[in-house]
Amino acid sequence: MNLVSFNDPQIAGKLLDGIRRAASGTGTIKIMEVCGTHTMEIGRLGLRSLLPENVELVSGPGCPVCVTPGGVIDTAAELALGSGVVVSTFGDMVRVPGTRTSLEKTRTNGGAIQIVTSPLQAVANAESNPQKEFVFIAVGFETTVPVVARAVTMTCEKNLENMSFIICHRLVPPALDTLIADRDIGISAFLLPGHVSAIIGTGPYAFLDKEGVPAAITGFESLDIVGGIHAVVTMLAGRHSGVVNRYPRVVKDSGNSHAMKLIDTVFRPVDAVFRGIGTIPQSGLALREKFARVDACRKYGIKIREHAMPQGCACGAVLKGKIIPDKCPLFATSCTPDTPVGPCMVSSEGSCAAYYRYER
Amino acid sequence: MCLAVPAKIISIEGTTAKCDMSGNTTVADISMVPDAEIGDYVIIHAGLALQKYDEQEALETLALFKELADKPDGP
Ligand code: SF4
Repeated sequence: MNLVSFNDPQIAGKLLDGIRRAASGTGTIKIMEVCGTHTMEIGRLGLRSLLPENVELVSGPGCPVCVTPGGVIDTAAELALGSGVVVSTFGDMVRVPGTRTSLEKTRTNGGAIQIVTSPLQAVANAESNPQKEFVFIAVGFETTVPVVARAVTMTCEKNLENMSFIICHRLVPPALDTLIADRDIGISAFLLPGHVSAIIGTGPYAFLDKEGVPAAITGFESLDIVGGIHAVVTMLAGRHSGVVNRYPRVVKDSGNSHAMKLIDTVFRPVDAVFRGIGTIPQSGLALREKFARVDACRKYGIKIREHAMPQGCACGAVLKGKIIPDKCPLFATSCTPDTPVGPCMVSSEGSCAAYYRYER
Repeated sequence: MCLAVPAKIISIEGTTAKCDMSGNTTVADISMVPDAEIGDYVIIHAGLALQKYDEQEALETLALFKELADKPDGP
């Protein structure tokens, strides 16, 4: 078996011509790319400058660490400092500012922070160091939920009493529902995240069709992204809606049923806060009662508080696609990747970081 | 963060597979893709295979993109 390349510039060029033709008869089209990995790739390809003037790409809330409440980072920092707990998490989390500090600064100050590439690695660490307590900070969308669910079940099967989790997962479809309800943003179409969709399939996006918002599930190579834009622009031009799957090499319409079943065994949906956006109904997950013993919040009596965004930071408006990052007064002045004010500037997938790197 | 990359399965032991990820060997949990076999590509994210890569579908999508690109007067 071989991997097929989706990078042919000639096909991409012709599809861009098709986009221009289709868009010549429409008003302004605002396409939101929901996934942070798409945001980075669009910036790297310089795609915005190749699209007709009436086709705008705006970035959505698809950077999981950007939408994780600052209070989670504060709590993790407190645990890592002096409570004898090793806080383990993904590398993306460590530089994001909480309200008082970041995990990177906490580590410099002697906090026990361990970066892992997989929660399964955190479980293995806990197993081989039974004298130490480990807490995994679980962030991420549906892409990341199955591996955390797997880590939770493994922890229980192995009876590891020194391993627990702070669950801050967020779900994509409820966030999209909230964003299209906000008529000020005026989203015409979505590029949907390929790897979230590999898990959930096309079903959970069905409401977009009812709302008349076309959407394309899209992969991550240049032709994928141009092809996804082509799909939604031609749908808009032809006044169609619906969800098309342009990434069937990885996304089955039914998603991954094994993963969905595991997620449902371990978690239940709850209302949750997206940092900068606010509470979105049923957009988060909590451990089911059966797995309560690996819930770090219960184990250590933690209550996560939500705080205001850093002073002057417009991340909320950026995450909703209301403004593009360079409209934030702090952008590239007091807020830069070396001196980030808001989470969108520090995460490698944050919209502000992508704009700073590629589109200034 | 939802970055996930294809890797080819080299060997399988229980629910764990050794995979080749563009020249580097990595280990992934394949319990969510129980029908994956040696030689298959799987899409790995944070140590878990999310789904199998379907070459036939890939070729069909590429053909679709070509067809749409060559439509002279259509959108
Ligand atoms: S530029 Fe900085 S302060 Fe402004 S919205 Fe982006 S991260 Fe927040």
